[in-house]
Amino acid sequence: MNRRDRNGALALVFHLFFAAFILAPLVVVVLVSFTDKGYLAMPFDGASFRWWAAIADNPQFVESLWVSLGLGLTSATLSAAIAVPAALAIARHRFRGRDVLAAMLVSPLMIPHVVLGVALLRFFSGFGLAGSFPGLVAAHLVVITPYMLRLVSAGLMGLDPRVERAAESLGADRLTVFRRITLPLILPGLAGGWILAFITSFDELTVSLFLASPSYTPIPVRLFTHIDQMTDPLVASVSAALIAGTTVLLLVLDRFYPIDRLLTGESRA
Amino acid sequence: MSAGRTSPALLAAPSGVVYLVALVVPLASVLVLSLQGFEFSRGILPRYDLANYADLFTDPLFEEALARTFRIALVTTVICLAIGVPEAWIIRRMSPRWRGLMLLLVVGPLLVSVVVRTFGWMVLLGTNGLINGALVALGVPDAPFRMMFTEFAVVLGLVHVMVPLVVLAVWASLGRLDPSLSLAAESLGAGRLTIFRRVILPNIMPGVLGGALMVFCLSASAFATPAMLGGRRLKVVSSMAYNEFLNTLNWPLGAAIATLLLAAILAATLLWTRFVERRALRRLGGA
Repeated sequence: MNRRDRNGALALVFHLFFAAFILAPLVVVVLVSFTDKGYLAMPFDGASFRWWAAIADNPQFVESLWVSLGLGLTSATLSAAIAVPAALAIARHRFRGRDVLAAMLVSPLMIPHVVLGVALLRFFSGFGLAGSFPGLVAAHLVVITPYMLRLVSAGLMGLDPRVERAAESLGADRLTVFRRITLPLILPGLAGGWILAFITSFDELTVSLFLASPSYTPIPVRLFTHIDQMTDPLVASVSAALIAGTTVLLLVLDRFYPIDRLLTGESRA
Repeated sequence: MSAGRTSPALLAAPSGVVYLVALVVPLASVLVLSLQGFEFSRGILPRYDLANYADLFTDPLFEEALARTFRIALVTTVICLAIGVPEAWIIRRMSPRWRGLMLLLVVGPLLVSVVVRTFGWMVLLGTNGLINGALVALGVPDAPFRMMFTEFAVVLGLVHVMVPLVVLAVWASLGRLDPSLSLAAESLGAGRLTIFRRVILPNIMPGVLGGALMVFCLSASAFATPAMLGGRRLKVVSSMAYNEFLNTLNWPLGAAIATLLLAAILAATLLWTRFVERRALRRLGGA
């Protein structure tokens, strides 16, 4: 490495401030969750696990956690089921409406979530789907499928179509080619897409806010409405639990799927 | 295409149907709803005209929220670029051992819910919050300051949410950059600043411009951060739409606000990609 390629002292100071800025709110939430006071305070003059224990005594938060997990699992899996064929159609075929389809599938990235929430509340309430689990799943499908599609498409782009044609010419039928050749080769992209889709669904607030009901309140909506009424250390401990969960997931994920590739959807260089 | 392969229509059908039912038709129904009238005693009225839009454009509260929304989005975008682009460049130049860890640290919070991250800022910025506590303890005159429920708080929260996206966009462009380019420039006698300005910047420009557009659109349509850090009085367009739908229950008016927000975002995207990106890329002679 040559000297000009290294960061100077000024650059490292900048980086230090930047990292502190990014981490500060998260670290503070984790610290406050360990207070022994009844209000938001630092744990340095008295720490306890009382607010972590309080999560278990609060059935609403626990219930919301299960709702969010179920919602994330269901919508990420269904998203994979619709995104893989769509990505195959776009990558392997030339047909009329192909560009329209491709644009439509990624368009939710550009649409404000408030607009999506408003639209789905209006439309679904006509069918009794607002406030239902299927309604939430449908909404999340639209929100997360662009991410899924991007990673699956990146996986397909790295796949030489001649491998598929070779299998075909050896007499394999379409299903066998997909099951034995295509699927195993796009599996890393698919797995990365599934995890990113799951996390996006798990974190989604705005669209869910319009479609949630007392029986189906995802955890971000529960937190948001709770904060709207009062900010007690319980919010901090629930938030800290979510941060801890995400951190573990992230560290595991980074082992086999570098985060920059996951988030930018770039295929391996 | 060889015979015996699945038809594209069949492959596209599942996603097409889901998007039709959960995106296209609902958006169309909002457009129709925005043309209808509303009365508190009778609910949604069966008439169709532009009255809601006329009301909005003569409503000083809406104009104020619209101006605030785009002011906040613009300031957030400028700050995100000013700190995000150098940060991506700095992380890129670290030794491989630190690079991965630091990138994880900087963009990892993207995967934590916005509600959680914004709550952290509520703890930090409150009148009895940590920053004010520290300022009072240090004996800063006039402390504590009122920081919550100000545009400053909203911009700060939004920059925190959005800046990792700029780092990522620039990071992706840096990854495509041929390292021998800067070596070549250096061997020809270019200084560090010249290399950045004449070699690096033109090459990462697509990432910078793409990141800017993404941050602007997401900030202009953000709901959670303005709602939590701006409070009830500091309304932005998206919180106004939310309010009409879930509090006032004037759905047609809420639909008109939502339609205008969507139209503004699409117009900004179109203008940006048509004029700014194309011109900037041509001038720089880059990609």
